[in-house]
Amino acid sequence: MTNQSTPLSDLCTQVRRDIVRMVHGASSGHPGGSLGCTDFLVKLYFEEMRIDPENWSMDGKGEDLFFLSNGHISPVWYSVLARRGYFEVSELATFRKLHSRLQGHPATEEGLPGIRVASGSLGQGLSIACGAAQAKKLNGEDRWVYSLHGDGELQEGQIWEAALYAAHHGIDNLISFVDWNGQQIDGAVEDVMTLGDLEAKWTAFGWHVLQCDGHDHASLDAAFKSARGAAGKGKPVMVLMRTDMGKGVDFMEGTHKWHGVAPDDDQLSSALAQLTSSYADY
Amino acid sequence: MIDFIQADQATLDGLTRKDTRSGFGQGLLEVGQADDRIVALCADLTGSLKMNAFKDAFPERFKQAGIAEANMIGVAAGLTIGGLIPFTGTFANFSTGRVYDQIRQSVAYSGKNVKICASHCGLTLGEDGATHQILEDVGMMKMLPNMTVIHTCDYEQTRNATHAVAAHDGPVYFRFGRPKVPIITDADTPFIIGKARKVMTGSDVTLVTNGHLVWNSILAARQLAAEGISVDLLDMHTIKPLDNAALLESVGRTRCVVSAEEHQRNGGLGESVAACLAAHHPTPQRFVAVEDQFGESGTPAQLLEKYGLGPEAIVMACKEVIGVKQGLTV
Repeated sequence: MTNQSTPLSDLCTQVRRDIVRMVHGASSGHPGGSLGCTDFLVKLYFEEMRIDPENWSMDGKGEDLFFLSNGHISPVWYSVLARRGYFEVSELATFRKLHSRLQGHPATEEGLPGIRVASGSLGQGLSIACGAAQAKKLNGEDRWVYSLHGDGELQEGQIWEAALYAAHHGIDNLISFVDWNGQQIDGAVEDVMTLGDLEAKWTAFGWHVLQCDGHDHASLDAAFKSARGAAGKGKPVMVLMRTDMGKGVDFMEGTHKWHGVAPDDDQLSSALAQLTSSYADY
Repeated sequence: MIDFIQADQATLDGLTRKDTRSGFGQGLLEVGQADDRIVALCADLTGSLKMNAFKDAFPERFKQAGIAEANMIGVAAGLTIGGLIPFTGTFANFSTGRVYDQIRQSVAYSGKNVKICASHCGLTLGEDGATHQILEDVGMMKMLPNMTVIHTCDYEQTRNATHAVAAHDGPVYFRFGRPKVPIITDADTPFIIGKARKVMTGSDVTLVTNGHLVWNSILAARQLAAEGISVDLLDMHTIKPLDNAALLESVGRTRCVVSAEEHQRNGGLGESVAACLAAHHPTPQRFVAVEDQFGESGTPAQLLEKYGLGPEAIVMACKEVIGVKQGLTV
């Protein structure tokens, strides 16, 4: 967990600043999961995916695709998309406000570059990713489709319909990640609705399963390499990614209480004092 | 198209009868042959949806989804992102109520070019009973922004509509059925989404209908003609967007209207007709529809009769609304 002083970790810190500032500015939103998935999304968009942000198109021909199924962590996705060049970082200030393209949950209706389907009502993104991955195959494109899901989201039945479908159809250009932070709105996942042995479950459903530390960039790097190494061999790939909800802001870490609560002015100041980066705020 | 008022009974009895779902199956094969972006998905009802011909011709472009309709809708939405045009197939019940949120978020709100093809609609599914006889699906689908809603009346119209659905850019709910019904449209008449089909021209009452009730409406119009009442009969195959112009042109002349549909009154075609007329041309209306009830097991003919969707019920409604019109003008 020695991410300090690398360009990627510096960028992660800035994205975390964006997240708490956006949620504070809107007086609503979901900081906990956003902070927990920051390292993953920065790594994905800045080092892993073959993408062309300046020439963004809905069909994404020739590009790798990403689908965020747990759409409530929109702050981290919007920040990463803006920092990666899909739109101006100044637009982050419009998050959750009237006439904004940055809806509370990701949507296509307003035409925000980088978003290919609405998400927020949970459990739907794995099916979308399956379809998009099959389209890549039918179109003869040798490209990856990535998706991210909350662990609490795995309580939705549609996830397991999609898990069966992906294995049955051998969708082996699909690499999915679970944000395995053990928390959901009502408390610990174990208390709300236990998921049991996730590795055994996904393995039994016919997936190739990996684990990684979602805050250790070396671990993430190895997971991406292993995932792509395992892909293309008839099985979809699932990476169970251990994370801490609220990572990077001490009073938000490890608790479900910051799932969907905005910081007040003092809490924002405290959070920003813990997050110093060499990038500029929006 | 034959003159349904002048035709003798032997001519009507001699009409070829086919199921609308077979028109869909043939249409799907044809659009698949014409455009390799067409893909099809089915939730374990390939034979019932008549999708076997497409599956056999294009095995790579047919995706079996198993008994998992929610996932099927999501996969279809994902396939559109690669520029493909997916047609999903299952019963109307499992195409709508079971997967409403998936359609709402992943298809309608996301503006995805998914064609939701729904067979075995309404009471005429028959003996399987109310668990499968959905009568609320049109209402659910027409409430969704971006959604086009189509319900066809015979084999040829359904086959032709499949071409129009494929060519249309945007999500479509495409409703058809199980029983064999007379073919009353021409094979070479193009289907135009949003443009009502005039079945017969009359002056005393406008009868707006679609689906299997087009045939019952023709039978009703024959009975009424024998009593000197002439019916202006519109096949409103597209419920959304409704052909307001055709409706207003007709009621401008007849000044009364009956809607007839195999659906709940709440949320159905008649409700869309009433909304249009209330805004543009307030007009006395009677509804031939299911009145806030679930169906039951029985033959299609028995069920249409019992739930008030037979020719006699349509005749009664027409006479009643003409009486209302005459009372207003006294």
